[in-house]
Amino acid sequence: MAQVAPVEDNLGTRSGTAAKAIGPARTRRKFNYQSVIGTTPMILAAVGVFVICIIFSIIWSFTNSKLFPNFNFIGMAQYQRLWSTDRWLISVNNIWFFGIMSMIFNMGFGYLLAVFMDQRIRQEDLFRSIILYPFAMSLVVTGLVWQWMMDPNLGIQAAVRQWGWTSFQFAPLVKNETAIYGILIGGIWNGVGVTMAIMLAGLRGVDGEIWKAAKIDGIPTWRTYLFIVLPMMRGAIATAFILQCTGVVRVFDIVVAMTQGGPGISTQMPAIYVIQHITDRVNVGQGMAAATMMLMPVMILIALQYFLQWRAARKRSKAI
Amino acid sequence: MNKLITAAAILAAAMGSTSVARAADVEVIHWWTSGGEQAAVSVFAREFDALGGDKWVDTAIAGGENARAATLQRILGGDPPGAAQFNPGRQYEELISGGQLLDLTDLATKENWATVIRPASISAACLVDGHWWCVPVNIHSWNWAWASIPAFKKAGVELPTSFDDFLAKAPKLKEAGIIPFAIGGESWQINGAFGVIQTAMLGLDKRQALLKDKDMSIAEGPDMTKVFEEFRAFKQFSDDGSANRNWNDTTNLIVTDQAGIQIMGDWARGEFGVAGKKPGVDYACLALPVDHPTVSTGGDIFLFPKNKDAAVEAAQLKLASMMISPRVQALFNNAKGSMPVRDDVDMSLADDCMKKGLEIIKDPKNIAEDAGRWLSNDTTGQMNDLIAQFWSDDTMTVADAQAKYVDILKAAD
Repeated sequence: MAQVAPVEDNLGTRSGTAAKAIGPARTRRKFNYQSVIGTTPMILAAVGVFVICIIFSIIWSFTNSKLFPNFNFIGMAQYQRLWSTDRWLISVNNIWFFGIMSMIFNMGFGYLLAVFMDQRIRQEDLFRSIILYPFAMSLVVTGLVWQWMMDPNLGIQAAVRQWGWTSFQFAPLVKNETAIYGILIGGIWNGVGVTMAIMLAGLRGVDGEIWKAAKIDGIPTWRTYLFIVLPMMRGAIATAFILQCTGVVRVFDIVVAMTQGGPGISTQMPAIYVIQHITDRVNVGQGMAAATMMLMPVMILIALQYFLQWRAARKRSKAI
Repeated sequence: MNKLITAAAILAAAMGSTSVARAADVEVIHWWTSGGEQAAVSVFAREFDALGGDKWVDTAIAGGENARAATLQRILGGDPPGAAQFNPGRQYEELISGGQLLDLTDLATKENWATVIRPASISAACLVDGHWWCVPVNIHSWNWAWASIPAFKKAGVELPTSFDDFLAKAPKLKEAGIIPFAIGGESWQINGAFGVIQTAMLGLDKRQALLKDKDMSIAEGPDMTKVFEEFRAFKQFSDDGSANRNWNDTTNLIVTDQAGIQIMGDWARGEFGVAGKKPGVDYACLALPVDHPTVSTGGDIFLFPKNKDAAVEAAQLKLASMMISPRVQALFNNAKGSMPVRDDVDMSLADDCMKKGLEIIKDPKNIAEDAGRWLSNDTTGQMNDLIAQFWSDDTMTVADAQAKYVDILKAAD
């Protein structure tokens, strides 16, 4: 009985508002010690690591902390410096560009690959493993291998030139304007597999009857995929999307492995700025200001999600 | 219950043993990972282990920034290493003021460090408010250019005698299929080369007024404009592969005669040594500026974070004393390619380049104090970013870069 209880609990909270509207039909349950003991470490970790640390980060972003955090408040000075620093502005541009592009390509290619896999091809297991494999590799390894491939003196460019096409150019990492595309390629190669796997699971989850119905109505396959099946796999898409988002916000290792933020500072990312300032540059205040700014879009997203949930719940309770 | 008693007994025995003097492991964090550097650091490790008892535990972390970051985090986290490498200057000032370091004053007084270490600016990095907080182990000068003699021969031109002279000869090198100016794309390498050009063009006095006293009339003045312009002129003579290249891979281009010159500190000499190249025949070391050579007083120091374990503390003092002893100084610096911090050292094994450096350092007028003494890591980092951006982004104008340079210097703490 005890094992079932948490599931019940979950359902209870999710439809909590609805349940209240229906009325006090439930009987009082026995206090469940096991679930409390089981979730305590998680609660402690969440409160300790996330809430307290985030609060301290925000507080320190208003101080002039160097190596040792202190409480000499200096107002918005750290933020003023942050937003007048070229490197930070470039970092912010980069992460939006990298984020949006990798989202489009990963989701797009991921879906196309999933559709391709869905054609009951031979050796599907093999292909699936091959495409998913990059995700199992560390981004540092991925980044390093791509860096070598894109190195003008020993990579693809050098190889093709040796074959005789001497004007061939493929060395995106050496130029300011193109370096971010090089990183994007590495990122997509790494991330597209897992999107495909999730999308494929979503596709397979769609009821076969739908396909039969679409066939009978004479709808072409591509339209079925795009307009019938795609909207039905909202859950899979949301999962893939959120995984992509977390990957983008914390993008760090692939950039360090491929360009170290260069050439110059053209491929810097916010996370590198934060880490560098709280470690070698010994300016915790500045690093914390940057970290707080990184938190902002996430907070806005979460607030938005809560707002939408709240609105949906209100609609539902009104409907009843 | 029996088990509990046994466990308690073992614990008591283990705790008891700490009070007895015993050998300790001293973990040393450093960033000496290239071939020449490895040869040098193993001198320390070998000599320390040979003293008997204590053991050197090597923690090499590639890249100075990463190694220093690891050390700082470990000290803050309460798990300090036995010893750690830093560059002399302001990188560790808060460790001193925060009381995180072992005071070496007694040892230093006994061994008379204050008089044997020269020049004075080297000991000033460790001697703060009358207390010794670290051990300088070598003097490294940034103000060198390394030239491949066969590369210049191939292009049919003489070795350069000034920056302008080099820029005039560089097209010839390019025609001969040689990379005229070798540089790695990491920001510290770019800013380092910029600093050398700046020192040469401004002269030592103006440089000190600029970086130490923050004289804005120089920062905004025409001399600095010229420095930026000259630096940009170098860019056209670098190669495509320079992005992300390590300094030692870049030096290797000179070693293998693929490139003309590299502006890099004298740690590069170790790479020539490892490759078996001879100064004056295979490569030339040009002390910059050529007409009035200077050396900068960069280098490395080791500091010893406070440790609760008395055995470790004893071993730390032993290590400090060993590092500065004349014999080890000679062995270490010969392998490293740096200059010893004391004069009473047998440098008869030194090559011509080092002898040149040792000659220059004798006159205090030739000494360019390392900019790290005056600028915090934060400021240096901002300059690294700016100069790297200026180097790689051709759309950034000289005026724009100079204005930003002024802003950084104005805000410097």
